[in-house]
Amino acid sequence: MDNREFDVIVIGGGITGAGTARDCAMRGLKVLLVERMDIATGATGRNHGLLHSGARYAVTDMESAEECIRENMILRKIARHCVEETDGFFITLPEDDLGYQATFAAACNAAGIKAEIIDPGLARRIEPSVNPDLIGAVRVPDGAVDPFRLCAANVMDAKLHGAKVLVYSVVTRIMKEGDTVKGIEVLDTRSGQKSEYYAPITVNAGGIWGNAIAEMAGAHINMFPAKGSLLIFEHRVNNVVINRCRKPANADILVPGDTVSVLGTTSTKIPFEECDGVRVTADEVDLLISEGEKLAPALADTRILRAYAGVRPLVATDDDPSGRSISRGIVLLDHESRDGIRGFVSITGGKLMTYRLMGEWTADLVCKKLGVSQACRTAEVPLPGSEPVSMEKEPKKKIFAKAETGRHGGLASRIRHENELQNSLVCECENVTVGEIEYAEDNLDVNNLVDLRRRTRFGMGVCQGELCACRAAGLLKKAHRCSDEAMDDLKAFIEERWKGLYPVNWGAAMRENEYTQWVYSGMCGFGEYDTEPTE
Amino acid sequence: MNENFEQCLKCTVCTVYCPVVPVNTDFPGPKQAGPDGERYRLKAGLFYDDTLKYCLNCKRCEVACPSGILIGDIIQKAKMKYGPQKTKLRDAMLAETDFMGSVATVFAPIANPVLAARPVKAVMDSVLKIDHRRTFPKYSGQKFVTWFRKNMAAGQEKYPKKAVYFHGCYVNYNYPALGKDLVAVMNALGYGISLIDGEKCCGTALIANAMGKRALRQARHNVKAIESASDAGRLPVISTSSTCSFTIRDEYPHVLGVDNGKIRENVSLAVKFIYSLVENGEVKLVFKPGYRSKVAYHAPCHMEKLGWNIFSEELLKMIPGLDLTVLDSNCCGIAGTYGFKKENYEKSQAIGKPLFDQIGKVAPDFIACDCETCKWQLEMSTPYKVKNPVTILAEALDLDATAKANNHQ
Repeated sequence: MDNREFDVIVIGGGITGAGTARDCAMRGLKVLLVERMDIATGATGRNHGLLHSGARYAVTDMESAEECIRENMILRKIARHCVEETDGFFITLPEDDLGYQATFAAACNAAGIKAEIIDPGLARRIEPSVNPDLIGAVRVPDGAVDPFRLCAANVMDAKLHGAKVLVYSVVTRIMKEGDTVKGIEVLDTRSGQKSEYYAPITVNAGGIWGNAIAEMAGAHINMFPAKGSLLIFEHRVNNVVINRCRKPANADILVPGDTVSVLGTTSTKIPFEECDGVRVTADEVDLLISEGEKLAPALADTRILRAYAGVRPLVATDDDPSGRSISRGIVLLDHESRDGIRGFVSITGGKLMTYRLMGEWTADLVCKKLGVSQACRTAEVPLPGSEPVSMEKEPKKKIFAKAETGRHGGLASRIRHENELQNSLVCECENVTVGEIEYAEDNLDVNNLVDLRRRTRFGMGVCQGELCACRAAGLLKKAHRCSDEAMDDLKAFIEERWKGLYPVNWGAAMRENEYTQWVYSGMCGFGEYDTEPTE
Repeated sequence: MNENFEQCLKCTVCTVYCPVVPVNTDFPGPKQAGPDGERYRLKAGLFYDDTLKYCLNCKRCEVACPSGILIGDIIQKAKMKYGPQKTKLRDAMLAETDFMGSVATVFAPIANPVLAARPVKAVMDSVLKIDHRRTFPKYSGQKFVTWFRKNMAAGQEKYPKKAVYFHGCYVNYNYPALGKDLVAVMNALGYGISLIDGEKCCGTALIANAMGKRALRQARHNVKAIESASDAGRLPVISTSSTCSFTIRDEYPHVLGVDNGKIRENVSLAVKFIYSLVENGEVKLVFKPGYRSKVAYHAPCHMEKLGWNIFSEELLKMIPGLDLTVLDSNCCGIAGTYGFKKENYEKSQAIGKPLFDQIGKVAPDFIACDCETCKWQLEMSTPYKVKNPVTILAEALDLDATAKANNHQ
């Protein structure tokens, strides 16, 4: 076969596309994964990072709840380095109906989610940050999952199984012969070159952007973009996930993720034109804080690191053109049977938690169409990095060594620490060394500083790039071919950080931003900043 | 979050002012050991890093911080919470100043030559890892408290005003002469002195050696004892050690979580107390004619943290014939028990070098300093004697004339 011909083309480098590509590649298919930007740039990287137990859906959507708990248990096994087993509480506050707790716990247990009603006093002892006024608590197997790592591990494993991955490559055309999709035309946004790739099946896993991809193929999916905004707090406020035990609402989940706590979300329908470059508004920030402090009162005076928003790809069921009946479950569309378009499949809906199952269903359909009879193995075969590693209390071991093991799991042993330079910290807040950055650039498809951030947590700490961005800009040897490129990338990185800082620019964050501006305007010669972030 | 660590701007000025960083590349500096490390420790205790033991607890980082973060406190608390829970015998011996002092003063005639003897130092060096190059402070044959009770206590009632003296371990076990000077000066100013029943070591060495439980017990005991001795904080409580004052005032509530609210405002240093009396016109000082001395003043780190070195300097400037040089702000390197440990000796001396060099250039008659451990370090590392400003005052004042000028006796 020609290197432009594949068995299956997967469009979208989010977690769904990555999981689908991995599954197909593991079944022996020749896979091309195409992403318009970096991996995990859409909704994949813009959520809580909650390892749902499914409890949230147990009362209203038993099927989703069952899917969640199954996938939850699978991810603990196949993606150990991406998961933190924190457990979660569903708390009842005095203004909530305590009667709901029993209904909730019963529904959870019926769905296979171990839900245990515990004494509020015990909940306070286990998680001292929880609202002390709580009148009820249910413990469930929630956890935290790092979506960047999870997505990168799936992409890495797809590649290890022979998949080709193109990032910064926009699909400009879906090529059809009659009613049959034959392949795609792709624009490499870095080189400006267009190329054509062919496969008997093309999978649309574009998230909310999958709507436009379907249109390109001549199909219509009734999708509704819903913006969800979240806040990141400076440090861990809680070590157990805290949810409200009531009908799901705004800002009712607080997740401890890596070094921070994440609070969210809001939900607002937005037009498709706004999906790129969504902004967090002042009203959303206010809403998040006022609701969030009911979960953990300390949030009211904890420094907020940044705000961000993602767009959920909500899909209306096909029999309801009004869009009122939104499915939160997995939506797998075979456009051949649905629209008479052969060789084209869309996978959408669902959630981060069920990405693997979405990949499995999609790969099943792809294999059926191709006449391949390989079984899915993604639930059993661990992802690269998931090997068990010791995270014991070793006071002699440097923090950075423990931090990188936390980030890369078993693959951390590949990071070289052979000299003083490789042991030097680039990002002091998140303990990222020169060695880790070299490893990321050599092995993890890093094309710029923002990609580097998603692979390592560089620039994600308290100073949001103030100290580390200029250091890292000098280190990316392959991505930056000259110092002008390094400067442009540095500017873009600082602007990207500023976008998330702008909505929460007060108090300590504002002082930090002033200081950052002195560093970059005064020392690095960046000139004045625009007050409002630029796109 | 009373340490305020989330206010950190990452400006790193604390690390610039840390005396350990330039001499010990293993120490990541206060920013990383403090606010940066704390975020990771909040995630999981396993991120505790052994290098925190290199912190001197000098608090120079806190003085430097533009955001008011109690960086030193964060580090001390982390050592207690996440560090090794077993204390080494050596550290316990250095930190348990009351126990060691009580034993050694009884046997002072034996203890002093023994501690100075080469074979003993060699054994302490190899077995206990107490550096053999270190000079031990001499133990006194009679405790200050014993002397005071025998000779002075009865006469204190006749003075019109009252002050409580927190003498500390050093005055009690090693150098009662400073306590005697304090009593003489305060009496001349019309203040009768009383001691604190059951006073214990302030606990600074216990904190620095991460012996949190012992420190906590001592702090609780002292706060109660000071409350009762000072009529619930109504009487002034003065000390002649900058570190004792600092520990009681700030380390008790910040590091140990002990409420000292009733007494904190009245716990002070003798120099500050005396300076305020002079400044307010409440007392007059009459100096001996013909007093002459050339003095170099070293401000101890904890004195700078208190912000009180100005009082020592201004008081010394009041003495006619005293030629004062205020030395540059530097840590002397000993930091209490830190410099006694074998693994720290070289670093300790390297930290102090700029200070030793400057003192050599000034070539004073003696050095003035408010801290006993700085005194040990400077007397060992330079050819000069170190005197507490209170002792200098006692030597320069005409005590009888001062007493008369203050209308009593």
